Amino acid sequence: MAILIIAEHNEQGLKAETYKVVQAASAIGSDITLLVAGENCTEAAKEAATIQGVSKVLQADNAAYAHQLAENIAALVVELGKDYQHILTAATTTGKNFLPRVAALLDVAQISDVIEIESADTFVRPIYAGNAIATVQSSDSIKVLTVRPAAFAAAETGNSAPIEMVSIATDVGVSTFISEELTKSERPELTAARIVISGGRGMQNGENFSLLNGIADKLGAAIGASRAAVDAGFVPNDMQVGQTGKIVAPDLYIAVGISGAIQHLAGMKDSKVIVAINKDAEAPIFQIADYGLVADLFTVLPELEQLL
Amino acid sequence: MKILVPVKRVIDYNVKIRVKADQSDVELNNVKMALNPFCEIAVEEAVRLKEAGIATEVIVVSIGSNLVQEQIRTALALGADRGIHINTDQKLDSIHVARLLKKVIETEQPSLTILGKQSIDADNNQTAQMLAAMTNYSQGTFASKVTVEADKVLVTREIDAGLQTIALTLPAIISTDLRLNEPRYASLPNIMKAKRKPIDTVEASSFEVDLSPSFELISVSAPAQRTGGVKLASVAELVEKLKNEAKVI
Repeated sequence: MAILIIAEHNEQGLKAETYKVVQAASAIGSDITLLVAGENCTEAAKEAATIQGVSKVLQADNAAYAHQLAENIAALVVELGKDYQHILTAATTTGKNFLPRVAALLDVAQISDVIEIESADTFVRPIYAGNAIATVQSSDSIKVLTVRPAAFAAAETGNSAPIEMVSIATDVGVSTFISEELTKSERPELTAARIVISGGRGMQNGENFSLLNGIADKLGAAIGASRAAVDAGFVPNDMQVGQTGKIVAPDLYIAVGISGAIQHLAGMKDSKVIVAINKDAEAPIFQIADYGLVADLFTVLPELEQLL
Repeated sequence: MKILVPVKRVIDYNVKIRVKADQSDVELNNVKMALNPFCEIAVEEAVRLKEAGIATEVIVVSIGSNLVQEQIRTALALGADRGIHINTDQKLDSIHVARLLKKVIETEQPSLTILGKQSIDADNNQTAQMLAAMTNYSQGTFASKVTVEADKVLVTREIDAGLQTIALTLPAIISTDLRLNEPRYASLPNIMKAKRKPIDTVEASSFEVDLSPSFELISVSAPAQRTGGVKLASVAELVEKLKNEAKVI
């Protein structure tokens, strides 16, 4: 079974999600090709070659693939993908953007956000904001899947797979990149962090989110937020954890001032240990929290920071 | 310009869903249904473009049994001009929906098609992208801002690391993120007016597209339940538990 994985990267290096997709793919078969498409992505391709389980790295280096515009990446993947039985990528905003386009161009369905691979044609995925788990068996000639990174461990390094250059350069020419506004942070990435501390509407305003900084620093944690906190303008939307935001499954998730709406739980309920800090003892978050503290976050947070 | 807005009828987002005892699917009988929240945002955006004098007509389309006419009426009450109901009782996947919508686009020739980024039942997040592929149109997914400029549309997209702005050549396909706008409530006069707006019903089979299933749903099960935890009395106890019992810090 030949498997093609499209790597998620930022030219200089791979994103943590790519390692997890390789791990997921190894449950399907061992003939894994990793495609690194971008502009000046030699470093990312070199890193891709070190991942255990990867047989070959394809490097498509062209200005057309800068910023991963869906139209151009999809055209490239379709061109290469015809010879594979499985095409996988991470269910990140990048993967979700171009892979359904690939599937449609290949005239096959896509299975989104796979959390378990039962066999080469049978996959498990959450539906209804994670409140039901569907097992589906695909009859398509090419299986196109996005993989939920939080559901898989990362593949090891230590490999030295060959790197081949791909000369296909497709510029569909219907879209152009204008600008980017990236949130800069010294903290670990939300989806890859071992510990996440998130604030909700209970934080009351954006300034109060700084109460989480000291704790996050001491724990080496990433800071997340509920949709309520994002919509209220406390923090930028890329910090949102939930059905429509990021899906995380850290070792420890600390929910502060978050009631625990279905849509938020969809993004974090697979965390190993969940701590809830909320002054409302009836908040639904306590039904899934391993440790709950019914108290005012404004007294708890400084105390917690001090004790750590 | 003409704007097409495909909308979906789904279980209301507040409903706590139940898995059927035979694990064949989720229970849909006697459950409150509603317009998918992302579709509502798509309708609102189209109506705003009309109010701004950019769009001339907003057409909503929905696929399903006669029941989906309820959601089309909701969209008409929010300000859409007319509806298209593609009638079928078959359970469809994103690729089937995209194949049907492609036919609607061929007939209606909209400059913009605005869809929700995902339906909150299947959580696929595929239809807009597939439709863009099939029509060879440009795509602007997860939009949090849409600005039409002459023959282009500027779309600010929510990406994992922040925001990205791209320019798309029209005609284009856009999918909405939650932050694109705040949908309005339909007023009673508008709900009454919506009853007189036309809805064309066409049979899905008349489109002559392949609607055969591409995968089989083997089972639907409830997710593993988390065991109830403990409530602690103090911060000191919490730190102690995290260190010594859970061993996560």
